[in-house]
Amino acid sequence: MNVLSIEGLTVDFNTAEGQVRAVDDVSFVVPENRTVALVGESGSGKTVISQTIMGLLPQAASISSGKVILADPTGAEPPVDIAALERKGPRMRHLRGNRVAIIFQEPMTSLSPLHTIGDQIGEAALLHRNVSSAEARELTKTMLSLVKFPDPERALDTYPFELSGGLRQRAMIAMAMICRPALLIADEPTTALDVTIQAEILKLIREVQAELRMSVLMITHDFGVVANMADEIAVIYHGRIMEKGTAEQLFSDPKHDYLKALLNAVPSFHMDKNERLVPIRPIVLRSEDLSANRPNCNVTPGEPLVEMRDVTKRFTLRKGSLLGGKAKTMTALDCINLTIRRGECLGLVGESGSGKTTAAKAILRAMRLEGGQVLYNRGKGLEDIAGLKGQELMDYRRRVQLIFQDPFSSLNPRMTINDTLMEPLEVHGIGTPKERAERARNLMDLVGLDPRFLRRYPHSFSGGQRQRIGIARALALNPEFILCDEPTSALDVSVQAQILNLLQDLKRDLNLTYLFVSHNLAVVDYVADRIAVMCRGRLVELGETRTVVGNPLHPYTKALLSAVPEPDLSAPLDFAALDANRASEPHLWPEPFRVEDGLVPSLVEMEPDHFVCAPGLKNTGALEGTAA
Amino acid sequence: MLYYIFRRIFMMVPTLLVISFLTFLIIELPAGDYISNQIAALKSSGESSSVAKLEFLRQEFSLDRPFFERYLIWVGLWQGPHGFDGLIQGNWGWSFEYDKPVEQVIGPTLPLTVVLNFATILFVYVVSFPIGIYSATRQYSWGDYGITFIGYIGLATPNFLLALILLYFFNRWFGLSVGGLMDPQYIDQPWSFDKAMSVLAHLIVPTIVIGTSGTAAMIRRLRANLLDELHRQYVTTGRAKGLKESQLLVKYPLRMAINPFIADIGNLIPSMVSGSVIVSVVMSLPTVGPVLVSALQSQDQFLSGFILLFVAVLTLIGMLISDLLLAVLDPRIRLGGRAST
Repeated sequence: MNVLSIEGLTVDFNTAEGQVRAVDDVSFVVPENRTVALVGESGSGKTVISQTIMGLLPQAASISSGKVILADPTGAEPPVDIAALERKGPRMRHLRGNRVAIIFQEPMTSLSPLHTIGDQIGEAALLHRNVSSAEARELTKTMLSLVKFPDPERALDTYPFELSGGLRQRAMIAMAMICRPALLIADEPTTALDVTIQAEILKLIREVQAELRMSVLMITHDFGVVANMADEIAVIYHGRIMEKGTAEQLFSDPKHDYLKALLNAVPSFHMDKNERLVPIRPIVLRSEDLSANRPNCNVTPGEPLVEMRDVTKRFTLRKGSLLGGKAKTMTALDCINLTIRRGECLGLVGESGSGKTTAAKAILRAMRLEGGQVLYNRGKGLEDIAGLKGQELMDYRRRVQLIFQDPFSSLNPRMTINDTLMEPLEVHGIGTPKERAERARNLMDLVGLDPRFLRRYPHSFSGGQRQRIGIARALALNPEFILCDEPTSALDVSVQAQILNLLQDLKRDLNLTYLFVSHNLAVVDYVADRIAVMCRGRLVELGETRTVVGNPLHPYTKALLSAVPEPDLSAPLDFAALDANRASEPHLWPEPFRVEDGLVPSLVEMEPDHFVCAPGLKNTGALEGTAA
Repeated sequence: MLYYIFRRIFMMVPTLLVISFLTFLIIELPAGDYISNQIAALKSSGESSSVAKLEFLRQEFSLDRPFFERYLIWVGLWQGPHGFDGLIQGNWGWSFEYDKPVEQVIGPTLPLTVVLNFATILFVYVVSFPIGIYSATRQYSWGDYGITFIGYIGLATPNFLLALILLYFFNRWFGLSVGGLMDPQYIDQPWSFDKAMSVLAHLIVPTIVIGTSGTAAMIRRLRANLLDELHRQYVTTGRAKGLKESQLLVKYPLRMAINPFIADIGNLIPSMVSGSVIVSVVMSLPTVGPVLVSALQSQDQFLSGFILLFVAVLTLIGMLISDLLLAVLDPRIRLGGRAST
């Protein structure tokens, strides 16, 4: 029996430029107790379909034709055509949150910050299940323990901002589940979460699905998630279904070119060292001669370019805002020793809060350190960057540049692209206005954008194009070392492949050195020569990419690797082995890896050029040495 | 919470001291004082007989002392000619212009000022909230455009003009006496039911006049705030639960949108006192505003100093109230510290 059948659905948006067709003649079904994945890039219309099912389409949208039939498997109510219901009417309201429920991408913003978790979850029960508020509270507690809240009783009265991202998403799931809906729509439920938490949430959705026997419509762009969750798949592109079928069919024998291209654009651990991702819309790189104005870097490739020595950074958290301030400190970087060699791409991996961005900021000299030094080789041997002043500091700034994570907020919306690209040159007083304009045009060529776009403002570009502008800006000063802070995490897979290839080509053509910060292990595996893994402000493992991915030694690295969903049906996630909470607690790591507060997290060379943080082995027979 | 309130009130003491000093400093900035001006005037007209009396007053109010001593005597932290006798001891000072103690000058006007301001604030909130909500939820509808249009007229019309027009019509239609806050026969009469009713009837016009621009501004701001919140994800979450639009609106976005208005209470009070001066003069309202203006003009320093300090106290109390309300309404402020653990 099909819980949801969509037949020939067409949705149009009335915009100032006329009608735009967002969904075009889409048909698919969601069978009872099964998971269907709706896969597509941003702007493909997958969210519009979810809004149609929920009756949450915006004012400007109208359903031009088609049916959306919701049939309750319990048989309590006759099938209804949602497309024919009035969106704000009582019949639609009766279904919403009751028979169909939804969880959103951003657990941070999907909950009201002013109401307790218990209040917000119990609300749906009060609306649909005809219960008293005491019963609703009891029901909420049951749901919270179903989604494995550590202390459901206490959680009822907490506010969303007191919870971590993973717990908020659990609360969202509890909220969606409380009326035991026939259909759950999960709209990118794990995109905003860390891998280990993503794995936990996926596991939870599966368990809850088995427990309540409901159908799930999973909307995602991540084939790793699809491979682990979906029974059936529908691929959508520009509002049309390109291909649909069971997961086995589509993964083993993709028919449509679009699906093939999409699958080729995803980095995975099984790729050969020299294999390249194939982006759907490749950038034609026109590499101009950019060696003019370049500060000469005569460091031999392979020699240390940047060295972090015992770098320590603590942040002071303000605590107890109402009851007077008792200062509490958080160690963001704990004795980090790390060397970045000229010409390599070092991948820095870790979950949110692990200190990887702080480490990048320390190299940029964007903050004061509590201890240790950052050394940089400008061709005259390693020197402490804390001592740089005036002209020397400007020279350092020219050599080291940054690419930001969020292409939307990192470009000034009131500056044209031309102004954005010329600004670094103006700050450093390089060239005449004419030369700068010429340089801006070259930079656009370099990242594969039309120089005619220079007069436009950032809002007229897509996320991928903006990220390329961000890259062009970082290249404006002809740097030798670029810090990439999660440059692709806000982008679609197909665009991600494009940007990753661009970064690799630029590195090759311009002899760049990268520090590539990311939480996505597959991406780091694709771009990096060496990997450094961080957890809770400590460096836990460091080595050649192949070695670390192929033979992880530290329990945290192992946990991280096992939580990455592979876009491959033959390598499913081992949900039973997941234990994310323990793996990221340094004092719960088994000996010799255990790290207590105050203990120096020293690195031990386990194999040649493969270092692991194991204080317990510090004085034993293992190969000893500092990170090189 | 109790500890917090106590701490906040305690913190007001040094703040008040600083404000009182600044107030005194600013009032004393122009050269001379009320009495020396009088002496100069008398001398130029050749009348020196009264000069002796004024010289006595100068000593009586220690105007001949150095600046810091004068300040401390005014506050009551220094011994003046009559020992410690300043604001702290409850002596509000002497008004030279009226030749009366300050409390007798502004005593009768203070309660009326407070009543008028309270009525105005109430009017602003009561009128602007429903209209603002209507305007935001039906953005770009005819109603929204109409309200916006009227709102801009309200912002642009000079208050005194509106006052004159309304006074004229209220007088013609309802026979309300022009100007003042009560019918002339009740002035200086003891309080009675009829007098209170007369005051209430006379409150209507000034309340509308003083409140119009504030109402128009608040409608615009509420509309903008609410429009920001209406498109937030948590509103969609609420709608996805099956909440009715009206329930949804009140529980989630409205609650978020009113924070700035609560934070505003502290600023509203002083602006109501100082902003209504022209209207008070035009409508001859017995409020503090016109008294303050004339006191500043004639350098009647103790009178003007006291009024300014009074407004500052009102502001501080308003700030305290708005901070406490915010802490009650917004758990992020109340529990901010707990989140980081």
